[in-house]
Amino acid sequence: MFISNANVTERKDLGHNIVLLKLFSPEIASRINPGEFLNIKVSENSFPLLRRPFSVCDVEDESIYIMFHIAGEGTRLIASKQIGGALDIIGPLGKGFNFDDDFETAVFIAGGIGAAPFPYLKKKLNGKRIRSFIGGRSKESIIEYGFENIQIATDDGSRGFHGNVVQLFKNEYPNIQNEKIKLFACGPTPMLKAIQEFALEQNINCEISTECAMACGFGICQGCPIESTKNENQYSLVCKDGPVFNAKDVVLK
Amino acid sequence: MSSVDLSVSIGSLKLKNPVLLASGTVGYGNEISEFLDLNKIGGIVTKSISLKPRKGNPPQRIVETASGMLNAIGLANVGVDEFLNTKIPFLKNYDTNLICNIAASSVEEYVECTRILTSEDAIDAFEINVSCPNVKDGGLEFGNNINTVGKITSAVKGVTQKPIIIKLSPNVSRISDFAKIVKQEGGDAVSAINTLVGTAFNIRTRKPKIFNVTGGLSGPAIKPVALAKVLEIKRNCDIPIIGIGGIMNWEDAAEFMIAGAAAFQLGTVNFIQPNAAELIINGLSEYCNEMNINKISELTGSFII
Repeated sequence: MFISNANVTERKDLGHNIVLLKLFSPEIASRINPGEFLNIKVSENSFPLLRRPFSVCDVEDESIYIMFHIAGEGTRLIASKQIGGALDIIGPLGKGFNFDDDFETAVFIAGGIGAAPFPYLKKKLNGKRIRSFIGGRSKESIIEYGFENIQIATDDGSRGFHGNVVQLFKNEYPNIQNEKIKLFACGPTPMLKAIQEFALEQNINCEISTECAMACGFGICQGCPIESTKNENQYSLVCKDGPVFNAKDVVLK
Repeated sequence: MSSVDLSVSIGSLKLKNPVLLASGTVGYGNEISEFLDLNKIGGIVTKSISLKPRKGNPPQRIVETASGMLNAIGLANVGVDEFLNTKIPFLKNYDTNLICNIAASSVEEYVECTRILTSEDAIDAFEINVSCPNVKDGGLEFGNNINTVGKITSAVKGVTQKPIIIKLSPNVSRISDFAKIVKQEGGDAVSAINTLVGTAFNIRTRKPKIFNVTGGLSGPAIKPVALAKVLEIKRNCDIPIIGIGGIMNWEDAAEFMIAGAAAFQLGTVNFIQPNAAELIINGLSEYCNEMNINKISELTGSFII
C-alpha cells in the first residue's frame, strides 16, 4: 500500500456522466491486480471528508485507469481535475479476482458502472475465451468499454434483451455450460445476489466484486462488514478481505 | 532541526510526544504501520477490547456527513484472549506506548478485563471506554451516570498499578463533573471526547442511513465542541486531559493543547491521511521553534482568556 501523488495525464468522457481518468503512478501500476482498488482523496479541505474508492479499470505501463459515474460531490470534484493536476491516492487496496484456476471461458457479468474492473481483468486473461454480459437500466447506462463478445440487457428494453442481465445469462447458460466457465460479476448488490444464487445452484465457479460504504479502505475503520459463510461469529471486511469474494464465501443482504 | 522537548506526562505515564492514535481508528496497529512509523509516535490506543469477542453491528456502519462521519461499528473486536495471543506480539515490536482500551457491559467485566490484561508487560496504561454510543448494553448508560463512572474508576484501579484513563462522553450536560469523580476515585487522566450521538436519514426511503439508527459523530465537525469540553474540564478539575475530536493537522492539535490537553489523540484523520501523525509531530515541532517554546508541555492550558 502506498500514498501516491498521481498526475492526471488523460481524461475521456464516455458519455452519460461516465468518465475515464488515466493517472501516472508507477509504484501502484506495477503492483495492482484486477479487482483491487484505490482510495482517492477528494478535497484539500474537510468537505467532502472521506476518500472515494474506485476499482482499477486498467493498467498501461506506469499508469492506471479509473472509470466512474459522476454521482455526487466527490466524483464531481475528481472528474473536474485538469490534465497535469494531481490526485492523492492510496493503493493498491483489497483482494482482487483470482484467475489462475482451471477454466476455459471467462464470463463477465457487469451491471452499470460495475463495468469498471473488466478491461484490466480481460488484459490479464490473455487469450482466454471471454463472453460478456452487460446490463443497465436503459441503453444510456450500458458501458461497453473494454469488453468483447458482448450481449446486452436493459431493464426498459431500449437495447438488447428486455430484462435484467442475470436473466439474459441464465437464458444463454445452456448453450455455454459445457465450456468450463468461470463467472466474474460486478454490479449492484441485487444483481450480485441473483448471480450468486444461480452460480451456487448450478455449481458454477463464481467471483463477485462487492461494495459497501467505507472510510479508510484498508481495515482500520471496520466500517464495511460483510457476512461470511466461513465464520458466523466474525464479519469479513469488504475493503480488506474483498472486495472480490468467491460466491460461496459471503452472504449478500 | 529542533531541540524542542516534545515529551509529555500523563500522570506517571511518560510519552515521547503528545501524539496518540485513538481507539477504534487504528485497529491493533498492523495496517496503519504500512503508512506510519509507529516508533515515532507517543502511543497507540487499541481498538476497544472486551472479555469475549464481539461481532459488531451489521452494515451500514458508517455514513459521511458535513465535515464529519457517523459510525456505529458496535465494538467489533477479537476479545481479550486473541488480543493477547495474536495482537500484542506485533505491537511489542515498536518503541511506543501501548494504551489498551477496554469496553464492557458491567462493572465486573471491566474489572475482569483489566485484571487479565494488567499482567501483560507490553501494556503501559488502560483507557476505559464508558462512552460508546453504539452498543445496547453498557456504553453510554455508563458514561451518562456519574455514580457508575466513579464506581468503574475505583473498581479498575483496585486491580492494576497501571495508569487508568477514563474516556468521557460529550453527551452529558457537565463533563467536568465526570472528570471530578474520576479524579476523586483515583483515576489518572481523562480522554475527552468520545463521539457525539447523531443520525442521518435517506429522504427517499425515509430510513436511517445506518443500521443502528444513531451513530457517533466524529471528524472536524466536532472539533469546536471537543475544545470547549477540554476547556471546561481544565478550568474545573486538576486532572491530566487527553484531547480528542476532529484533529486534522498540527494547528488543530496545538489548539487542543492550549485549551488544556496534555496530549491528544488522532481519530478520523487516520482514515483519510494514515501518515497524519508524523506530519503533525513535525508541524508542532516547527511551531514550537517558531514560538520559542522549549518544552511542548508548556503549551498545555496556556490559553489567555
